Amino acid sequence: MVGAACALYAARAGLDVTVVDRGPVAGGTTGAGEGNLLVSDKEPGPELELALLSNRLWTELASEPGLGTAFEYDPKGGLVVASAPEGLAALEKFAAGQRTAGVVAETVTAGQLHYLEPKLAPGLAGGVYYPQDAQVMPTLAAAHLLRASAARLLTGRTVTGVSRSPDGAVRGVRTDRGEIDAPAVVNAAGTWGGEVAALAGVHLPVLPRRGFVLVTEPLPPLVRHKVYAADYVADVASDSAALQTSPVVEGTAAGPVLIGASRERVGFDRSFSLPVVRALAAGATRLFPFLEGVRAMRTYVGFRPYLPDHLPAIGPDPRVPGLFHACGHEGAGIGLATGTGQLIAQVLGGRAPELDLTPFRPDRFAVHEEAAG
Amino acid sequence: MGTEPAGPRGGPSPHLAVVGAGPAGLAAALAAAERGVRVTVVDSAEAPGGQFYRQPAAALGARRPQALHHQWRTWRRLRDGVERHLPAGNITLLPEHHVWCVERRPDAPREQRPCPPRERRPSDTPGGFTVHALLGPAQEEAVEVRADAVVLATGGYEKVLPFPGWTLPGVVTAGGAQAMLKGGLVVSGRTAVVAGTGPLLLPVATGLAAAGVRVAALVESADPKALVRHAGPLVGRADKLAEGAGYAVTLLRRRVRTLVRHTVVEAHGTDRLEAVTVAALDAEGRVRPGSERRFACDTLAVGHGMVPHTDLAESLGCRVDADGMSVAVDDEQRTDVPGVWAAGEATGIGGAALSLAEGHVAGRSAAARLRGREPDPREWAAAAASRTRLREFFAALDTVYVPPAHWAEQVTDGTVVCRCEEVTAGAVREAVGELGAGDVRTVKLLTRAGMGWCQGRMCGPAVAGLAGCAETVARRPFARPVPLGVLARAGETGEPGGAPVVSEEPGGPPVE
Repeated sequence: MVGAACALYAARAGLDVTVVDRGPVAGGTTGAGEGNLLVSDKEPGPELELALLSNRLWTELASEPGLGTAFEYDPKGGLVVASAPEGLAALEKFAAGQRTAGVVAETVTAGQLHYLEPKLAPGLAGGVYYPQDAQVMPTLAAAHLLRASAARLLTGRTVTGVSRSPDGAVRGVRTDRGEIDAPAVVNAAGTWGGEVAALAGVHLPVLPRRGFVLVTEPLPPLVRHKVYAADYVADVASDSAALQTSPVVEGTAAGPVLIGASRERVGFDRSFSLPVVRALAAGATRLFPFLEGVRAMRTYVGFRPYLPDHLPAIGPDPRVPGLFHACGHEGAGIGLATGTGQLIAQVLGGRAPELDLTPFRPDRFAVHEEAAG
Repeated sequence: MGTEPAGPRGGPSPHLAVVGAGPAGLAAALAAAERGVRVTVVDSAEAPGGQFYRQPAAALGARRPQALHHQWRTWRRLRDGVERHLPAGNITLLPEHHVWCVERRPDAPREQRPCPPRERRPSDTPGGFTVHALLGPAQEEAVEVRADAVVLATGGYEKVLPFPGWTLPGVVTAGGAQAMLKGGLVVSGRTAVVAGTGPLLLPVATGLAAAGVRVAALVESADPKALVRHAGPLVGRADKLAEGAGYAVTLLRRRVRTLVRHTVVEAHGTDRLEAVTVAALDAEGRVRPGSERRFACDTLAVGHGMVPHTDLAESLGCRVDADGMSVAVDDEQRTDVPGVWAAGEATGIGGAALSLAEGHVAGRSAAARLRGREPDPREWAAAAASRTRLREFFAALDTVYVPPAHWAEQVTDGTVVCRCEEVTAGAVREAVGELGAGDVRTVKLLTRAGMGWCQGRMCGPAVAGLAGCAETVARRPFARPVPLGVLARAGETGEPGGAPVVSEEPGGPPVE
C-alpha cells in the first residue's frame, strides 16, 4: 500500500516510476489488513501529524471520479468505549490531548452510546467518538492507486541487489530478471524493509508483529463505526512481545464484520492459533453480545512491520545517496500511506516536505538497538 | 474383546479420535479398536458410510439399497465389525457432529499438573488433541472430543468447473446426483445429460438410467482409450477394470449415447435448465468449431473429479502437497505432525478400496504407537500391497481424466464463477489483467471470489484456471463456519457455559 501511494504521488509529481514486487499487488501485510485510516489511536506527536495529513489526502483521493467507490472508502468514524469509569477518565484525558493536535474527538456519555451503536453491550461507562476515522478496502486501494499512477508494474520479480555507482550513489536495482536503472530507489517493502535496506548495505531494524483478523458471515449493517475498547491504544503502543488482544469490531461495505486485534512477536510464524482467535471472539462478543450467534467464516494472519520506537522510516537515507525509505508503519500502514507517499514525492522532487521528517529518519537506529528490539 | 480394553500398564486405554466415518475412517476405527484402543468416530452425516457407502434414510424403507452400491459385502463386513464394538464402548460413533477445528493442545507445564502427576501416555503428543465439533443440523451447540491421537479421514469433495449457464436450476454436480440416488432415492429428473470428466461419470449415468431417468448423453472430455497407453500399472487391477466394464455394459443396454473428447459448452434455459450444447474437442483440448449440437434435458449432472479435504490437516500444521493438494503421509499413514494420521481421499483421490486399505494401515499404526509399541509393517502387508496397486491405478487415471486444457476459453465474461459472492469471470480477468493480481489470494482479495459461504471450495480451481495461475493449498482454519460464542468458549470444557466433553477417561471429564 505504501509503495502504491509513493508511486501515485511520485508519478503525479512528474517522475517516471517503476514498481517492483516479488509477489503480486498487496501480497504482503496490505492484503492482511483491515484498511483502517485512524487518528483515534494516536497520541499527539509526529505519527498523529502524519495521520492527519494522510486522512486529508485519503479524502481527496476518494473524491476523485470512481476512485472512492473503487476502494470502498467509508468515512464511518471511530468509537472508542470504556467499560469502567477509570478507563473513561483515562480516555477523556487522552482525547483532550488529541484535540489540541487537531483531532475531532466528541465525548459520548453512557446514555448516548446506543444512539451511535444500537447493538453495543449495555453497562459501558461511555466513550469518545472520532468522526475523522475512516476505512478503505486495502487490496483494492493498493491496486487502484497503482492503476491511477500509471506506473510500470513489475510483479513476481524479486529485488536481489541495489546497484551503486563508484561514488556510492544508487543507480538502480538488480532483480532476478534483469536490472532496472533508476537514480532513486524507494524501499517500501513493509515488514521486509529491513532486508531491502540490507541489500543497500544499511541497517534498518524492521521486525514483524503478528496479528489475526476474524471475519464473520456477511451481515446487514449492524456495526456502524469502528468500535474498540480503550485498552487498544495501550496495546498499540506497547513494547511487550507477549500476546495482547483488545477487541476492535467494525462492519465492512461488503457485509462481513471484521474483528481484531491481536499483537504478538513470534517472527514470521503463519500457523493458526486457536487461543488467539478465541480471545478475539471473546472480546468482540463482550462489546457486541449479538455476535454470539454470528458465524466466523475465516481468519487470516498478517505481520505488522514495526521499528523499535514504533515510528516509520520515511525519507532519504543519508548513508546511501539516492536511497529513500518508506516502511515500518506497523499496524497503520494503510492509513499513513498517502501522507508517506506525498512526503516521499516531495523529497524525491527536491522540494521541502510539508512535515518535518526528522522523527522518521531512517538512520536513527544504532546497530546495537537491533538486539534490544 | 467385549470388555473394557486396558492400557499398556493396566491404566485406562488410550483414546483415538477418527474424523470421518467413510471407508477410511471406519477401517481405521475398526483396526484400532481391535487392538485395544478406544475410538471415537466423529462424522457430519446422520449415519456412517461416508459418500461412498451413503445409506438411504431408514424412514424411506428401501428394500434393496445394495442395488445402488457395489462392494456391498465389504461395507457389510466393515459395518458389522464396527457395530460389534459399540456396546462395550470401544468404538463410539458421533454422527451429525460437524468438526470445525482440530486443536493440538499444548503440553501442560509439569508444575501445573495435578498431584500425583498422571502417568505419561505413550503417545507422541503429551498434550493430546481436542476435536471441536458443532452439533447438527443447527450447528450451534459445541461438542469437544479429547483424544491422544487423531486420524483424519475427511474425504474429498467435488470439483466442478464453470461454463455459461451452469448456475441454472437443474444443473447439479455428478456427486450430488449420485448422493441423491443413494441417500434419498430421489429421481432427479426425467431426461439427463451427464458431463465432465472422471471415473465417477459412469456410475452416475448408470445409476440415473437404473432409476428410470433417460440419459440423453454421457459427455466425457477425456478419451478413456488413452488409458490403454497407461496400461502398465493396470495389470492386476482386473476388478477395477471389470467394474468399469460392468458399467459400460449397463450403458450399452440402456442405449446411452457416450461422447468422448466432448464437452458441454453451454447450458440453456430461462428459469431452469432446458437444454445443453455439447461440442467436440480437438487434440489441443479446444472446442472444434461447428461441432456443436444440442440436447434437450432437464437435468445436467456435471463433475470434473475430486479434491482432497485438507482443511483440518492444514490448520494442524500438517504438510499438504501443493502438487496433489493432498495431505502428505508416510508408509504408516502418519502426517508430519506427531499424533496425527491421515487416510483416504484426504491423502489423494483414490476411491473406496484404497481408502479402506489406508484406513486399515492408519488404525493399526496408531494403535501400536498409542500402546507404546513400534509397529511392524509386515502385519499389514496385504493392505500395503493393495494400497500400492491402487495408487498406481489412480495415478494412471489422473493422467487421463483431466479437464480440457482450454476449458477457460469457453467461460464468457458474464458467467458467474464464485456463486457465493456472485463474482463473474470478467471480474477475475480484470483483477489479473488490469489490477496486478498474480495469484489466487490476490484475485480473491480484489474480487471477493472465494470469500463466501463455501470459502472457495467450489470455485477455487475455477478461479485459478481463469486467472491462469497455480492453485495453492487453501488455508481455512475453520473447516466450517463457527458461531463466535462457541469460538469464544472453545476449550473451556468442564466450565459453566463450556461445551460438553467426550472424555478419554471412562466415567467423567478428563483431569487436566
